[in-house]
Amino acid sequence: MSKDRVQITEQDGSGPRPLLELRDLAITFTTASGDVPAVRNANLTIMPGETVAIVGESGSGKSTTALAAIGLLPENGYVSGGRILFDGEDLTQADSRRILELRGRSIGMVPQDPMSNLNPVWKIGFQVKETLKANNLARKDIHVQVAEVLADAGLPDAARRAKQYPHEFSGGMRQRALIAIGLSCSPRLLIADEPTSALDVTVQRQILDHLATMTSELGTAVLLITHDLGLAAERAEKVVVMYKGRVVESGPALEILRNPRHPYTQRLVASAPSLASQRIKSAKAAGIESSDVLTLETDASLAKTDDVIEVKNLTKVYKLRGGGGGSSEFKAVDDVSFNIKRGTTLAVVGESGSGKSTVAKMVLNLEKPTAGNIIFDGVDLTALDKKSLFNFRRRVQPIFQDPYGSLDPMYNIYRTIEEPLRVHGIGDKKSREAKVRELLDQVALPASSMQRFPNELSGGQRQRVAVARALALDPEIVICDEAVSALDVLVQAQILNLLADLQTELGLTYLFITHDLAVVRQIADHVCVMEKGRVVETGTTDEVFNSPTQGYTRALLDAIPGSRLELPPEVA
Amino acid sequence: MLRFIFRRVLQVIPVFFGSTLIVYYLVFSMSGSPIDALSGGKPISPAVVAQLTAQYHLDQPFFIQYGIFIKNLFTFNLGTSFSGRPIAAIIGQAFPVTARLAIMALAIEAIFGVTAGVFAGLRKGKLFDGTVLIASLVVIAIPTFVLGFVLQFVVGVKLGWAKPTVGSAADWADLTLPAVVLGLVSFAYVLRLTRTSILENMNADYVRTATAKGLSRRRVVMVHILRNSLIPVVTFLGADLGGLMGGAIVTEGIFNVPGVGNTLYRAVLAGEGPMVVSIVSILVLVFVLANLLVDLLYAWLDPRIRYA
Amino acid sequence: MPENTPISSTSSNHRIEHFVADIEQTPLQATDSLNEQAAPLSLWAEAWKNLRRQPLFIISALLILLTLTVAFFPGLFTQTVPTQCDLINSNAGPDGGHPLGFTLQGCDVYARLIHGTQASLAVGVFSTLGVLIIGGTIGAIAGYYGGWLDAVLARLADIFFALPLILGAIVINSLPAVREHRSVWTVVATLVVLGWPQIARITRGAVIEVRNADFVVAAKSLGVSRVKALITHVIPNSLSPVIVIATVSLGVFIVAEATLSFLGIGLPGTVMSWGNDIAAAQTSLRNNPSTLLWPAVALSITVLSFIMLGDAVRDALDPKARKR
Repeated sequence: MSKDRVQITEQDGSGPRPLLELRDLAITFTTASGDVPAVRNANLTIMPGETVAIVGESGSGKSTTALAAIGLLPENGYVSGGRILFDGEDLTQADSRRILELRGRSIGMVPQDPMSNLNPVWKIGFQVKETLKANNLARKDIHVQVAEVLADAGLPDAARRAKQYPHEFSGGMRQRALIAIGLSCSPRLLIADEPTSALDVTVQRQILDHLATMTSELGTAVLLITHDLGLAAERAEKVVVMYKGRVVESGPALEILRNPRHPYTQRLVASAPSLASQRIKSAKAAGIESSDVLTLETDASLAKTDDVIEVKNLTKVYKLRGGGGGSSEFKAVDDVSFNIKRGTTLAVVGESGSGKSTVAKMVLNLEKPTAGNIIFDGVDLTALDKKSLFNFRRRVQPIFQDPYGSLDPMYNIYRTIEEPLRVHGIGDKKSREAKVRELLDQVALPASSMQRFPNELSGGQRQRVAVARALALDPEIVICDEAVSALDVLVQAQILNLLADLQTELGLTYLFITHDLAVVRQIADHVCVMEKGRVVETGTTDEVFNSPTQGYTRALLDAIPGSRLELPPEVA
Repeated sequence: MLRFIFRRVLQVIPVFFGSTLIVYYLVFSMSGSPIDALSGGKPISPAVVAQLTAQYHLDQPFFIQYGIFIKNLFTFNLGTSFSGRPIAAIIGQAFPVTARLAIMALAIEAIFGVTAGVFAGLRKGKLFDGTVLIASLVVIAIPTFVLGFVLQFVVGVKLGWAKPTVGSAADWADLTLPAVVLGLVSFAYVLRLTRTSILENMNADYVRTATAKGLSRRRVVMVHILRNSLIPVVTFLGADLGGLMGGAIVTEGIFNVPGVGNTLYRAVLAGEGPMVVSIVSILVLVFVLANLLVDLLYAWLDPRIRYA
Repeated sequence: MPENTPISSTSSNHRIEHFVADIEQTPLQATDSLNEQAAPLSLWAEAWKNLRRQPLFIISALLILLTLTVAFFPGLFTQTVPTQCDLINSNAGPDGGHPLGFTLQGCDVYARLIHGTQASLAVGVFSTLGVLIIGGTIGAIAGYYGGWLDAVLARLADIFFALPLILGAIVINSLPAVREHRSVWTVVATLVVLGWPQIARITRGAVIEVRNADFVVAAKSLGVSRVKALITHVIPNSLSPVIVIATVSLGVFIVAEATLSFLGIGLPGTVMSWGNDIAAAQTSLRNNPSTLLWPAVALSITVLSFIMLGDAVRDALDPKARKR
């Protein structure tokens, strides 16, 4: 690290001066239980016009580091050591007036969540206008200027849109408005904090492409904060990897991907779904094509129909209360058909609004289809009476996306996993406890976690508990609705491996609902791509990934961050 | 927006009829004989009974009686009081006094409550915040009538800064002390609500974004924190008008203000049914309409509501 | 090679160094390990842990405990019979065994204070229980089932909400049927009838927030019936805002009782309560303010403790504080 510093002092004389330089930056949070160091010894250099990405999982300190540069740390956080040099000026010594001057005009920001970062009570145009005014850049024809700024960010019909409120905008449009605000004063540095992680992949791609064009035209340097190594490598020249508040590795983007040296980076590269190209092979079935083994095995042992679920012409129509007291109809799911073979995984892929989750709810029998049938093991689900429905529940179980929302915070882990057994009157107290222990063991959680409550567990642990609960009734089918989408990359990889192991061990059938094609490649045997309620393409995972027939599928595949990177085979 | 207003106005109708029906039913049917309610339980001659029966359509079914009452309410044809004066005239005289009192109280709690709340919220944990928080708790815990007595005694009698009793003129100056008493408890609630709301909004993402845009602290507070924080406060003020009406009965009693509350209280004690029903119905109407107004204001403050 | 589009163009006249941190200093920790040492902590246990640290909570809890003791065992605090009044002592100051002096009627202020606690507290407690049962049930049903049931119940709540508490209470309590049988129970009934919509609104909101949570959907897919999911999952998770409001309401109801008694339509004069004592003291306010002061102080402190308790509980149960 000292070597780094020497180098920069040398540069002061000769080469160009770095635009932003963090030297041994330390940030501390004061909490009820004392001072907690959030960032330690962080070093980072951004040259004018350069794009640098900070990559890390949640809690790694990546956002905190970036926010410190414009004095936006939360109330209880402060810079406890090191320097922040912006164009040679030490910002840790600057007074609040100077910071105010820099904000907007010299350093712009595009925040993470487009839903919460625009003030809901002011029109979009107003929020752009006040930025220009505050930085003394407003022209006389401010309305025209606002429309221009918004149009530059790729917002169609900008003059009219400027008169609307944030809630009338889609997520992608809001993010464009936020980019417009961030770049409206042509700052020299733009801090982009996960600017697209809340958006659909295709929208994400468009917005990042647009951002790239704009910043290169303006000559703006970008500090990109992301959890996605693939995205970072694709978009930045330099990648900085942070782990537990420290910079563990930094260097040229492709170099880091091809030749990661720190064990954490190595693990990150190995786990990043966007960089993987193969189905996870269960450790227990290593060496053999897993899907082959499974189909053979289940066929032999069960000798039932091959397709455990057949969905035929499924349609779901919602009535929306429209304007003028009338109601309009909205087809969430439109004539969807697919089959799932026993012991295999079908992934239903689509962006938000594609109807994929509605399909999952109908297969779970939580929503009634408007038309069509779901045949489960030869029985039509739409015609089940109360008792057979109750029995059906034992055979099909869900796992949901949000590990914070899917466990009752009032139930401890034992009660959570035992609940299905109790509801279905299986066993006595003693045998139920034995079963809970067995299940915890299966999901690799210690038995001591039984007395814990969900709030004491991490996201990945909660998701393991959710898996254990789903398996308690020995179901044949598990429906994973975005089951790994909310997890950090390494944890995500663990859970995907766990699911693959369990499939081999128990002969489970998965219906995997996801927006993330990268994950699909790792877990699915068959893929069904949905768009606006309709199925646009189905096929085996290899078929769909290697030779997609539909334009939409191609667009989705193309939008996977990192898909355009060329990597050596040992990484890919 | 128009659709929102229309829907909201439609909702007012059943609420008004529902609550006045309850009051009408309570006063006229639950009290045993309606004649008793009309006469205050005093023995009266058969001729008067016949006259009252005709006047209040007591020979008609209950709902017809109620319908006629509502019709009379809207045409200010409310009959006469025990003293022989038309009820409409009594209310007409008392109502402006109470309206003045309520507006003053509402203004006091809104202006001072919001201001103090904003400052406390912005200076969280500082001396002003702590003092104001404790003081507001104490004010909330003391019943209005105790506050009224104490202030009347201290400010009115001992210090002589204000008239301890108001009397028939009841102009703005006379009503200041009663208005302070009436508004004090709600002032404390407004203060606390504003403070909480400010604190919540200060940590909102859009406030951070506004700061990052380069806006001055002052502008961030005025434009982005304040307006958003006022939304729940406005709702509270609407609902609180009901509390002010109840409080007015007490405050007007203490300070001898010739307002609706005082009139109502005397009518209740005297068992003067028609007067009670008329006043309560009018107050309910005012309350419901005020809440309608607040909802429209709310929709103006928060554009998301308009399209809900 | 597919095109690589960085966000901004390279100014590649400088070499990017490949830096690797000292592995000794940045050791790789196990992904997602569980701290097995810490004791299990339920939400309630955590809230309790937070509460115990708050001075606000400790003070209010002690005061409430004291009030409850006084209410249940007034004999522990005074031997004087509060109804034995002697006009000789009218408005007399404090003397031995009578620390707070006498009322206009010559009754011992302190003894009346002690014996009046029960009625005031009873009104507060039972009214709160009443609104919790009625308002809670209606709010939970409206929020959980939604649709037309919600619309009807919401209008019903609006109708009662349109009758301001004191205004409505005056009307109800002056009905001959009520006026002739006045007691703690008529006051409680009045306050419950007029006070339930507030709790109903809060409960409804809380239930709506929880009813679509994934853990409720998960329970339903386990085969838990709709009603059972409401009782076992939705209601326990909607309780915290309701508890907070209920605690504050308890104080508000005590004030309401005093106000009604002051207006002469609350508790009958034969029942000893702070409200009645304050009402009786107003005539002698000018020459003996302490007869009004003491019951008012007792009442205010009790109400204050409940409001502070509500505040402390709100902080302890705050979902935002809990998440991180």
